[in-house]
Amino acid sequence: MTAGDVRSYFSELVTWANGRLTTEEILTCYLAAEDSNFVRFNRNLIRQAGSVSQRRLTLDLIAGTRHASGSLQLSQDQDMDRAAVASMIDGLREQRRVMPEDPYLAVSTDNPSTEQVAVADERDPGSVIDEIQTVAGGRDLVGIYAEGSVNHGFASSIGQQNWYQSDTFNFDWSFYLHGDKAVKNSYGGRAWNSSAFAAKVEAASHQLESLARPALDLKPGRYRTYLSPTAVQQLLRIVAWGGFGLKAHRTKQTPLLQMATDGAGLHPSVRLAEATADGTGPNFQEQGFVRPDEVVLIDDGRLADTLVSPRSAKEYGVATNGASNFEQPMAMAMAPGSLRTGEVLDELGTGLLVGNLWYLNFSDRTACRTTGMTRFATFWVEGGEVVAPANVMRFDDTIYNLLGDELVGLTDSTETLLDAGTYQARSTESARLPGALVEEMAFTL
Amino acid sequence: MTVTEPAAHQHLEPRLQAALPGGVDYATVRFSETRAEYLAVRQGVAQPPSTAVDAGAMITVWAGGGVGYAATSDLTDTGLRNAAQRATDWARTTAGRTVAETPPAVDPVGSYHSPVAEPWDRTSLADRLALLIEADAALDVDERIVDRVAALRRTDVDSLILPTGGGRVEQLTRNTFPTMYATANSGAHTQTRTYGRNANVGQGGREVLDRFGFNRRAAEIGHEAIELLEADNCPTGTMDVVLAPDQMILQIHESIGHPLELDRILGDERNYAGTSFVTLDMFGTYRYGSDLLNVTFDPTIEGQLASYGFDDEGAVATKQYLIRNGILERPLGGTISQARAADQGVNIEGVANSRACSWNRPPIDRMANINVEPGTDSFDDLIAGVEQGVYLQTNNSWSIDDSRNKFQFSCEYGRLITDGELGPVVRNPSYRGISATFWRSLTGVGDPSTSQALGTPNCGKGEPNQVISTGHASPVCRFSSIDVFGGAA
Repeated sequence: MTAGDVRSYFSELVTWANGRLTTEEILTCYLAAEDSNFVRFNRNLIRQAGSVSQRRLTLDLIAGTRHASGSLQLSQDQDMDRAAVASMIDGLREQRRVMPEDPYLAVSTDNPSTEQVAVADERDPGSVIDEIQTVAGGRDLVGIYAEGSVNHGFASSIGQQNWYQSDTFNFDWSFYLHGDKAVKNSYGGRAWNSSAFAAKVEAASHQLESLARPALDLKPGRYRTYLSPTAVQQLLRIVAWGGFGLKAHRTKQTPLLQMATDGAGLHPSVRLAEATADGTGPNFQEQGFVRPDEVVLIDDGRLADTLVSPRSAKEYGVATNGASNFEQPMAMAMAPGSLRTGEVLDELGTGLLVGNLWYLNFSDRTACRTTGMTRFATFWVEGGEVVAPANVMRFDDTIYNLLGDELVGLTDSTETLLDAGTYQARSTESARLPGALVEEMAFTL
Repeated sequence: MTVTEPAAHQHLEPRLQAALPGGVDYATVRFSETRAEYLAVRQGVAQPPSTAVDAGAMITVWAGGGVGYAATSDLTDTGLRNAAQRATDWARTTAGRTVAETPPAVDPVGSYHSPVAEPWDRTSLADRLALLIEADAALDVDERIVDRVAALRRTDVDSLILPTGGGRVEQLTRNTFPTMYATANSGAHTQTRTYGRNANVGQGGREVLDRFGFNRRAAEIGHEAIELLEADNCPTGTMDVVLAPDQMILQIHESIGHPLELDRILGDERNYAGTSFVTLDMFGTYRYGSDLLNVTFDPTIEGQLASYGFDDEGAVATKQYLIRNGILERPLGGTISQARAADQGVNIEGVANSRACSWNRPPIDRMANINVEPGTDSFDDLIAGVEQGVYLQTNNSWSIDDSRNKFQFSCEYGRLITDGELGPVVRNPSYRGISATFWRSLTGVGDPSTSQALGTPNCGKGEPNQVISTGHASPVCRFSSIDVFGGAA
């Protein structure tokens, strides 16, 4: 079934479901569908390969301020799906009668219908696999190639319709040298380009040569450190875990509480936004609220707006900006700085070059103190030259140090990072971030 | 009384059976249907209820030295037939270039039903809500409580595995996941106390709430959030730690469970979840912990979250020792991983742990119930043996390196221990260490009266990614000379 077929099937099913409503009822429908291929590699052989087709339909049945929601997988068989939807609507109607009024129910009544459709040339996954295995040659390649169409749709009985269609691939992979010494890379987009992939393999191979040197065990301490855009993304992801949502701010659970209440701040060069227009995901959320092109979260190192879901908007009496219920960014964009990207080794001088951070969490949430590990290609640098790979180190430091008092600068270019996540379904999140040079970063183990 | 229900998939079975392709070496169809409900009350307001039905099937085909799968929510004859063809095509595409060519081919026959004493359908929606409204209200003990939630998630999971050889495995799993938290604030200082941080979960019906004192704990959680707000930071230094079961579960999970997963040791997870400091040559000889450490894989414990009769490749699940008297015995590896290890010249027995989170993901090596076996010390004995230390309860932060060695954990609630006596409450208690040496500092293991069978419902791993429920039972345990610290000043 093509993406167009999925769209028309969804539209017809919604029209049919709307015909089952009573005059007082409103029905909203959200479809999350994918037809994906996944090929998993280990040691440049295939570990698992297969396809996943799924269409999750979520219904919210509303009458007045009472409502109930439910989801189901569609089979694409009209009789089977209509029976399942009818049964779910009946069930939701029964639940709704029991539920008390919901004072924070928000219904999309004045959002526009939208369409985002990006079509890709057809790819042959078999050919791509052949190319990957051939180009990787005798190297120890491990990772996952994911590709296919992802569709999201919203429709309500009020008449709003929103559609998102994307067809992409994302190859998230590593070359391993030995033990935990590896180079991580990714290649994603709409059209597979053999030259572009070969260039990435070449660059990774070059890094592998540096990893072959004897590794250093660094003592715990504070080191001048360059964080790659991927490492910056990991830092921001942990901060974004409750950092920018209105509910987290109003209930004092945000890790940026000291910024909100104590006047703490980041470096004035830090500007961070939820940049939906620059992202790769849908510009609407499950209740049909459309997101603005940009919501500025941090400006001049100070808190700016928060992400406001329709429900939080009702609860706290402010306008929504189309955030999901989790109020987390899905298309983070940080403004570049003035540090010349091509000269980060010289700018670093002597210190740590960190390619990735891993498994971050809070060691003190209120203080926005985070901990995590270095991972993949991390090197000790002296006089602007890579000296040796560094064995993994644990850091434990606050965001107010890393992107505040200790921040030397951000690179003058940003990197677009496509989320390779596939929990439940293929992610549509992305980020556009610079690298960061930090005067002193605390490493503890 | 144990109650079992008819499976939701009965009408589909002939269609699933018919979908198995002919002319291939081996094939399986694995159907699963998860029916879920989530109810929550936050600050006196019932949140919108949500229900979900997630049903689909995965067909896996081994043919000509290749293997492939296709998963679909289209459960019509045509949909299943198309999936079988896609799986066969993948098997042809991968022929001769896979790391695992041998099918499990166990053709199992059997069933598993969760024990359920009080099925949830005997409690009306209104009464389920009333339970939560009462708990939410009980959390509200002080005006400094700025947020609070009482919630209940439950899932009914029916699964059916049909292989070409004629086997049949049916498993009906019923899970209950109650949660609560209270957040207290004063100025720029916030503390949150939870109901075991999602750990007080298990198989069963309404009785799961009684098992973990759901109603009783609500007011205590509110008061403990206020206690934490007023407490001093945990001190910094090298000292003994005594870990409650709701912290031990994370310690076990991250620094024993994951390192022993055979697919990690074989390298599958190196691009995502990581590798392991454990290598194939360590089994049978490596000293993982002190003599007091005994760890089992035990999917047979009634009511524990990850109990089952068969894994998702059809292997029969039985209790096995992973670590005995401190010595590493066997990995967490299913039938296919064991065969892969044998291909590398290491014949090693594993366990039945090849599991998938749903119909739309292939099985991989996972934890099930990974438990520390009780010892002989009473709780008072464990505390009495500490000159200077901290008793830590309820994990709230976890981080470990990709080889599962250098870890750092924080807890919600600590109590100082001085000269064998429990003292004042401290906030932000944390400790760090290295797996390879940490378990050797185990100096006391609590008796069965200190043990709890808990769960970790959200374990992420795999490419494509999967979240699965695991269980951990543990007594209270004591470790000596650990690097302890508190929050920022």
